[in-house]
Amino acid sequence: MTGPSIAGPAMRLRGLVRKESLQILRDPSSISIAFVLPAILLLLFGYGVSLDARNVPIALVIENPGSETGSFAASLVGSRYFAPAVVRDRRAAEQALLAGEVDAIVVLKGDFARRLWSPAGAPIQVLVNGTDANTARIISGYLEGAWQKWLAQYAMDQGRALAPPVTIEQRVWFNAEVRSRNFLVPGLIAIIMTLIGTLLTALVVAREWERGTMEALMVTPVRIGEILLGKLIPYFLLGMGGMALSTAMAIWVFGVPFRGSAAVLFLVSALFMLAALGLGLFISTLARSQFVAGQVAIIVAFLPAFILSGFIFDIASMPRAVQLLTHLIPARYFVSSLQTLFLAGTVWPIVLANAAALAVMAAVFLALTWRKTRKSLE
Amino acid sequence: MTGRPEAAALEAPAAAAPVVALRDVHKRFAAGSRTVEALDGLSAEIGAARITGLVGPDGAGKTTLMRLVTGLLAPDSGSIRVLGLDAAAETRAVQASVGYMPQRFGLYEDLSVAENLELYADLQGLAGAERRERFERLMAFTGLGPFRTRLAGRLSGGMKQKLGLACTLVRPPRLLLLDEPSVGVDPVSRRELWEIVRRLVGEGISVLWATAYLDEAERCHEVLLLNEGRLLAAGPPSRFSARLEGRTFAVRGEEAERRTLLDEVRALPQVVDAVVKGRDLRVLLSKQAEPGYLESHCRTLQAGRARVTGVDPLFEDAFVALMKEQPATSAGRPARGGPSSRGAAPARTKTAAGRPEAVIRVEGLIRRFGSFTAVDGIDFQVARGEIFGLLGPNGAGKSTTFKMLCGLLPPSDGRALVLGIDLRRAAAVARGHIGYMAQKFSLYGNMSVLQNLRFFASAYGLTGKARQERIEAALEEFGLFAYRDAVSETLPLGFKQRLALACAIMHDPGVLFLDEPTSGVDPLVRREFWTRIDAMAEAGVSVLVTTHFMEEAEYCDRIGIIYRGKLVAAGTPEELKAAHATPQLPEPTLEDAFVDLIGRYDSEHPR
Repeated sequence: MTGPSIAGPAMRLRGLVRKESLQILRDPSSISIAFVLPAILLLLFGYGVSLDARNVPIALVIENPGSETGSFAASLVGSRYFAPAVVRDRRAAEQALLAGEVDAIVVLKGDFARRLWSPAGAPIQVLVNGTDANTARIISGYLEGAWQKWLAQYAMDQGRALAPPVTIEQRVWFNAEVRSRNFLVPGLIAIIMTLIGTLLTALVVAREWERGTMEALMVTPVRIGEILLGKLIPYFLLGMGGMALSTAMAIWVFGVPFRGSAAVLFLVSALFMLAALGLGLFISTLARSQFVAGQVAIIVAFLPAFILSGFIFDIASMPRAVQLLTHLIPARYFVSSLQTLFLAGTVWPIVLANAAALAVMAAVFLALTWRKTRKSLE
Repeated sequence: MTGRPEAAALEAPAAAAPVVALRDVHKRFAAGSRTVEALDGLSAEIGAARITGLVGPDGAGKTTLMRLVTGLLAPDSGSIRVLGLDAAAETRAVQASVGYMPQRFGLYEDLSVAENLELYADLQGLAGAERRERFERLMAFTGLGPFRTRLAGRLSGGMKQKLGLACTLVRPPRLLLLDEPSVGVDPVSRRELWEIVRRLVGEGISVLWATAYLDEAERCHEVLLLNEGRLLAAGPPSRFSARLEGRTFAVRGEEAERRTLLDEVRALPQVVDAVVKGRDLRVLLSKQAEPGYLESHCRTLQAGRARVTGVDPLFEDAFVALMKEQPATSAGRPARGGPSSRGAAPARTKTAAGRPEAVIRVEGLIRRFGSFTAVDGIDFQVARGEIFGLLGPNGAGKSTTFKMLCGLLPPSDGRALVLGIDLRRAAAVARGHIGYMAQKFSLYGNMSVLQNLRFFASAYGLTGKARQERIEAALEEFGLFAYRDAVSETLPLGFKQRLALACAIMHDPGVLFLDEPTSGVDPLVRREFWTRIDAMAEAGVSVLVTTHFMEEAEYCDRIGIIYRGKLVAAGTPEELKAAHATPQLPEPTLEDAFVDLIGRYDSEHPR
């Protein structure tokens, strides 16, 4: 059972790691946070949440039907972004908007055909339900695009020059299909690893304080470094396991392209895991009850990772002060690395800068934990 | 035993250099805005190869002292030398040679018995053949052998305690520190623990044993008596009690008038302490009492004729005498002497005396959990104004029975009637007549005394004027008026207990259920508590109490012993003791009787 060569620190560490691993394996909540929760979150965000506009119900008011309006209506019907319903008068369309049956109203005025060829151009009126600002912006953008496209096409068909001579040709890089899933899923990996690294470790150390086992441990010849390593190693492995699962699901279940280097992904993930674990351990040295540790971990790690990491909300469009704040969030660097590695490939300037930031944060959190933890009950 | 230290005992005979020496140790803690002097200039010594009992009321500084000796805390001033080392400076060296079992045993409940031991062997650097040999010894020593693969969380309290001990003994320590190891552990396991520790001392290990049980203190070689961070007295327990020679008596009156007698005896000016002890009252007189004092006064009591006999003083008498003769230094302690039954008794009508009326009636009660029968056909009755105790080891079915009687768990079969109401049919109605006080005092810690009382009054459906009157009466009865705005969490333990009781009886219940009411509470607080319970019983309330605590069982009118799901014995404490008297042990204690009964039952009913 025990080789004679192993002694002192190594033996103590082995004991602690084995203990922790057994506890993880027997505790259904650890396993579910590490493996079941990631799977659920991935399925939820992969299939359920979409930031794309597709088959958006709109009401199309045509006050004076004619060939021009018919052509535009046909272009909207043909688009996969919209599901238009043609109504005769404006009032009915407004009713539908209020009832939430449509998300936008497009009004083609009675003089549409006449003014189409005038220098000022024919105005179309677009009313968008602005309750969800994000969706509203997307819909109005798409409508604008649809209008421009139809206009260009129609002018060409009619062989007439149009007021705006410039044609827009869109080309989307990195995410050619413009699928939100492609950037949501890699970002989600950061959220999942924050959960495992910070929340789980914060809870398990606090649990040792609550159950009085820490007190018993401290009266053995064990050193603080060994106690910390004994926590780091098993949870590091658990986190990397969760990472591997999420990556595999991203690639093979959701078909997210992976264009970077797997080795780099592994290294950056390892750095992020250390930073997350460092933060978790630091929280648990300060809060010795599971309840407090859990609350703090959610507030300082999970929520920022969700909101301020660029996972869902674009950092560049945040207020300046908030943008500065995001630099303190480890997940920010990881989300950026993940999105780059998955969608663009190994872009060294980005990956290296992020990796450096993560390494600094991991070092700071672990050093703070080391300094703060004493073999003492005070 | 393998390893280093046992040689120490041979080099250091009992009288030689102490293993621990404390000099003028101070330790303060910040508790909110104020500082608490946990240890206030403590100087003491702990001798080698003996059991030193660390005794004192709750909050006396026992755990702080243990943590200082192990180096888990550093003193603010003063010196602590442990095994010749400075505990604050050479902490690691100290920790390498002491074993420490904290209050909750420090076990990983989701690891098995063997895995817990493996962990501690790894931490203590015990390997190879030495480890295997040591494990075999420890398994044999503690009787845990058959349970190697069982998760620690699934062990009974007694087995957990033994495993906790085994973990600290993986590498034999020179000094073993046990912090209240027998709290929540049944008497049989408690005895086994004593046996194990005595053997360890025989092997040369020194033991410091913190305890709130005074009968345990009596079995130690030496006792350190702490109070409010100071050393009140030290020495062999016999020396403590010897000082009270000629001041302790047993008073026996008419069975039915026992509580009236207690009240009257307590009211005598020279009586320091009087408690119910089975059939008798145990009385401690002050130093000033002249010979024959008790006899002459007993003749004039209303309770009728009482016989007085001198008895040997116990450590508990000495403890109570020392504590009560202390000037009250802080407002924290409950009033000395406790309330008189008369004054405290809530005005309740007593039923026509003489006719015993079964208020609680339990008939063939059975509770199964799957294939396991936790309670296997229990019958008993509790009369009006009677205090009935349920005793039994952990896992015997005590709590399950209790929960069924409170209407918290439906029985699988049989009947439980409280005040004639069938708990199976109308548990909610029955609960309206039941007062229930849980072990941990179910109070709202962050609410004030008044807010707690208001909440419980409302919870019991009291409103308006009735509620106000009841709350005022409770503040008055329980002496909580001065504390009405204090946050209940910050109350001293004794007051917390008063408040919990006050909340439990807000609705004037006819039946009171107490679940391990005084575990972890010091003897003075316990006395005060039982005085109140006595008063309530006197006023006609029936009390059902579960306990581990033999002294507490002595306060009961009758006790029932539950073991392996059955009521194996019931009767007055005196009857149970008499039934287990042997030529070797003509006057067994209740604990002796209990241990004997369990042993006999096991041999007659092999599993």
